[in-house]
Amino acid sequence: MPEQQSLTPNGLQALLDALQARGYRIIGPTLRDQAVVYDDVQSLTDLPVGWTDVQEAGHYRLARRDDDALFGYAVGPHSWKHYLHTPVQRLWHAKHERDDIIVTTEPPEAPRLALFGVRSCELHAIAIQDRVLLGGHYRDVHYAARRQDNFIVAVNCAVAGGTCFCASMHTGPKAVAGYDLALTEIIDEGEHRFLIEAGTPEGVEVLSELPARQASNEDIALADAILASTAESMGREMQADDVRELLLAHLEHPRWDDVATRCLTCGNCTLVCPTCFCTSEEDSSDLTGTEMARSRRWDSCFTMDFSYLHGGSVRASHRARYRQWMTHKLATWHDQFDTSGCVGCGRCITWCPVGIDITEEVKAIRETSQEAGS
Amino acid sequence: MAIQSDKLALAHDPMTPRVMRVLKRCHDGPQTVTLDIEPGDSAPFQPGQFNMLSVFGVGEVPISLSGAPTDHDRLRHTIRAVGPVSTALTRLSKGECLGLRGPFGNGWPMQQAEGHDVVLVAGGLGLAPLRPAIYQLLSERERYGRITLLHGTRSPADILFHREIMAWRRHRNIDIEVTVDHAPPDWRGHVGVVTRLISSVPFETGNTLAFVCGPEVMMRFAIAALKDAGLGDETIYLSMERNMKCAVGFCGHCQFGPVFVCRDGPVFRHDRLGGLLNLKEI
Ligand SMILES: Cc1cc2nc3c(=O)[nH]c(=O)nc-3n(C[C@H](O)[C@H](O)[C@H](O)COP(=O)(O)OP(=O)(O)OC[C@H]3O[C@@H](n4cnc5c(N)ncnc54)[C@H](O)[C@@H]3O)c2cc1C
Ligand code: SF4
Ligand code: SF4
Ligand code: FES
Repeated sequence: MPEQQSLTPNGLQALLDALQARGYRIIGPTLRDQAVVYDDVQSLTDLPVGWTDVQEAGHYRLARRDDDALFGYAVGPHSWKHYLHTPVQRLWHAKHERDDIIVTTEPPEAPRLALFGVRSCELHAIAIQDRVLLGGHYRDVHYAARRQDNFIVAVNCAVAGGTCFCASMHTGPKAVAGYDLALTEIIDEGEHRFLIEAGTPEGVEVLSELPARQASNEDIALADAILASTAESMGREMQADDVRELLLAHLEHPRWDDVATRCLTCGNCTLVCPTCFCTSEEDSSDLTGTEMARSRRWDSCFTMDFSYLHGGSVRASHRARYRQWMTHKLATWHDQFDTSGCVGCGRCITWCPVGIDITEEVKAIRETSQEAGS
Repeated sequence: MAIQSDKLALAHDPMTPRVMRVLKRCHDGPQTVTLDIEPGDSAPFQPGQFNMLSVFGVGEVPISLSGAPTDHDRLRHTIRAVGPVSTALTRLSKGECLGLRGPFGNGWPMQQAEGHDVVLVAGGLGLAPLRPAIYQLLSERERYGRITLLHGTRSPADILFHREIMAWRRHRNIDIEVTVDHAPPDWRGHVGVVTRLISSVPFETGNTLAFVCGPEVMMRFAIAALKDAGLGDETIYLSMERNMKCAVGFCGHCQFGPVFVCRDGPVFRHDRLGGLLNLKEI
């Protein structure tokens, strides 16, 4: 059992200072465009202090809390893939030299990133992208470089968002692995403090530099109670244990036609999803054709081009594209990567302009399949 | 938490193409060109594998190897111009540079086929990825039973590798039937879809493997006809086509249900696709 310590808010600022002193660029939650997004953080005042969010299907709004909590909200539209599996990445550039072409691989950038305020579902999402981009025969050099020097400060969720269902997916709300340090925020009778524990030797080392003291048994019990109540108050739930078999047995279920009438195939769900990894390549050249380059950018299985084969798209209908996305997340991901592709963060529900809810879609298929006795 | 450093043993970025030169270019039918490319330090390939070929400044597409696996002096590719990148490839001339990554994917089950009859069903350009398999079957002829090639094209002018097919017919121990969809008056061969030829092939049921490559509809009909002729799903292999951007399992484009065609295919045993081929828009 790793030892829990206690930090004051000033002590937490000391953590930010210690990480900066170690040469880390700290990325954490900030407020921008009326949403919580991940960006550079130097001081605790850069965080959304005293804010929370109200999330529902197709709905996101910030609201004031009646305290100064630093982490009193759930996840926003950003995920850590913005920094680890970036939206655009140049892969190589090439130059014509006389009648030869010289290709140069884009040197992978290895920023020392400290990810500050990573939720449990997000730790799981990062671990999933690790499997996709590093776990196979080939490795993505850019992702690998951006991942290699991470220092991760996790936060155990003290509130569940309106669209969260990590408890169903066994991905939260408590961080259990994949972090260097993990925090639990406690605000009790006006006293603000953080329980902190280390998950790695580097975490232990950093923690030893902080003005922390041994956590009291009362606080440890309080933190457990906070997490238990978060798990109890999930905005959504999904019966996930057999969802792979359920979906694969119902690839022609009428519910896919139903969701097709609602889905705009805008691809928002794939952009906000922390595990969606698909990309496309794009070539460019200057006007004279002497300099050329290839970049990759995030792509989405909701576009027509995504499945294009000469003559047309394989998945031309909305039905087929929604089905591809949802069955990939919840079913075929298991076949491909031995894990679900969904961590229950709820982003796709919140940021869908028409409020399509992955948990509702599963439920609808489950209920009608039981009625039909299949 | 940082990831383990052994994951960073990155000898080579799989996304960066090697620059190669075209050694030879020749026409192989309408809009179709065969390019011989210098092999550089390319690894040996298996029949059925493909390379990612780039025309710099235009783009990159998957193209099967169509030459003999034992020919280490050139990498042969047969390309039909259907869009921007494939057209640019067919316009490259001798001495020009292109980008190459690969070989990728698995291959035809050459070892499993030993001791068996082999039926190859090729629709249109589908003969290109089958040709390396044919070379290997013919060069190790004694290891296989009866070998039959069924090739279907739109018209006699579209018959791929026409002269080579004539030569195989005359000099090699392989049964070849060619059929066309539309025949001019002087055509004396078969007319109709290639799958109709299947019923006339003498099979030793229980001892035959089928290699199928062509448009997806044709493959669906071929599977049905092969099964009618007594073949089991576990003896039918097909080469799948899906949009591909990376060929190494990163981009997600080539998914077909649970498989990545680039990584797990392009050749699949039909029973391992779990009936997905019968569903639309997977
Ligand atoms: C494993 C494999 C082997 C192939 N072998 C050959 C071969 O030996 N000879 C040959 O001529 N063609 C082959 N193809 C098909 C060839 O890749 C496409 O014709 C080519 O991608 C078309 O690209 P384009 O830019 O010219 O045309 P467009 O039709 O405009 O294509 C635009 C983009 O869509 C994608 N795309 C379109 N059609 C296909 C397709 N059929 N397969 C995959 N991606 C596609 C590509 O990303 C392409 O850049 C193969 C495809 C696969 C998947
Ligand atoms: S489910 Fe919603 S967010 Fe996703 S593509 Fe459809 S409309 Fe867009
Ligand atoms: S599918 Fe939706 S709930 Fe699941 S991880 Fe992606 S965005 Fe979150
Ligand atoms: S082509 Fe990119 S994953 Fe297969």
